[in-house]
Amino acid sequence: MTREDCEWVAEICATRVGLRVDPEKTYFIESRLAPAARRENFSSVEDLITFVRRTNDDRMGWAIIEAMAANESSFFRDRTPFECFKNEILPALIQARGHSPLRVWSAGCGTGQEIYSLAMIVDDVFAKLPPGAQIQLFGSDLSDRAMEKAQSGYYNHFEVQRGLPIRQLVRNFQKSDDMWVLRAHIREMVRWRRLNLIVDQTAPGGFDVIFCRNVICNMTPVARQKTLEGLAHALSADGFLFLGDGESPQALGGAFHAVADRPGLYARNPAFRLAA
Amino acid sequence: MKTCLVVDDSRVIRKVARRILEDIGFDIAEASDGVEALAWCRSAMPEAILLDWNMPVMNGIEFLRHLRMEPGGEKPTVVFCTVETDVEKIQEALDAGASEYIMKPFDSDIITRKFIEAELV
Repeated sequence: MTREDCEWVAEICATRVGLRVDPEKTYFIESRLAPAARRENFSSVEDLITFVRRTNDDRMGWAIIEAMAANESSFFRDRTPFECFKNEILPALIQARGHSPLRVWSAGCGTGQEIYSLAMIVDDVFAKLPPGAQIQLFGSDLSDRAMEKAQSGYYNHFEVQRGLPIRQLVRNFQKSDDMWVLRAHIREMVRWRRLNLIVDQTAPGGFDVIFCRNVICNMTPVARQKTLEGLAHALSADGFLFLGDGESPQALGGAFHAVADRPGLYARNPAFRLAA
Repeated sequence: MKTCLVVDDSRVIRKVARRILEDIGFDIAEASDGVEALAWCRSAMPEAILLDWNMPVMNGIEFLRHLRMEPGGEKPTVVFCTVETDVEKIQEALDAGASEYIMKPFDSDIITRKFIEAELV
């Protein structure tokens, strides 16, 4: 791959989805794009890039972006946010909402492990919730490929062993040849929507909890700002935002404030006025 | 430092597991079957046991059932590590007193995460 190819990849990732790609990391770019090139019957990554640059083929261009944006995920990643959701956020918001639905969004859900971890928690605690309580779960991602996998509920041997306790695996999955598939009642708890966080500012609002972890850390500063604006619009006045380790909503001034002793957890600041 | 007894009839698996578990802070002891493992436990009960299922002389599930009847045998946290992946087998291991279950092949990330799940790390 030429230096120019790498710069072109970085440029389309930044402009179309706000993804920050270092054009100096040739090996990283090539290793991400090699499976896409093989899948689309190109003899090399260079051939794929040359084709898209020459033809502006949208589908192939998007295949490049999806491959660069693919993020590793695991069930119950980092554990603590999920414990906090289960033991603190969920009981408090269920109490506050009464019979109104509580809406939870995994923004940038990738292949679904995060939103399904939340679905398993909801399934675990549902019998203990007050009668009439309703919880709605939403997953969104910019990648069709990732969303397809997420909706299928199929995970391989390695994926189900990263973060998923064995009792959860036995309770919530069925074996299907050498894959594991989530039971239908867990899959059916989640609604899906393809969404590019920096472009689609019409995301449905009124969410009570948003998980957007390990997403903004990979974005350009401009995209980070736009995404945080969108999340602030989508979050209810007393809602909570979970970000990943080392991520901060600082780019958006005072829209959120950190919850004490809960790293990665932010509450919406009701006094902050968002631009219309 | 906590001790983990690695029980597997494959010397290669024991060596790989030893390296991973030492990296996360365990002292390692090794046994190549259930009988040898039981003798080890009778002399010094480990905090954790990484246990294969299919072994000669005494297999993993028989060992676990014997272990749980030994004085102090309820204490070690047992993590199965086996090629057996049927749900019925996994359930059998949990019913016998296993805390976690690793399906081979594994990598260092899986072992580390499973030991975290089992609250050993």
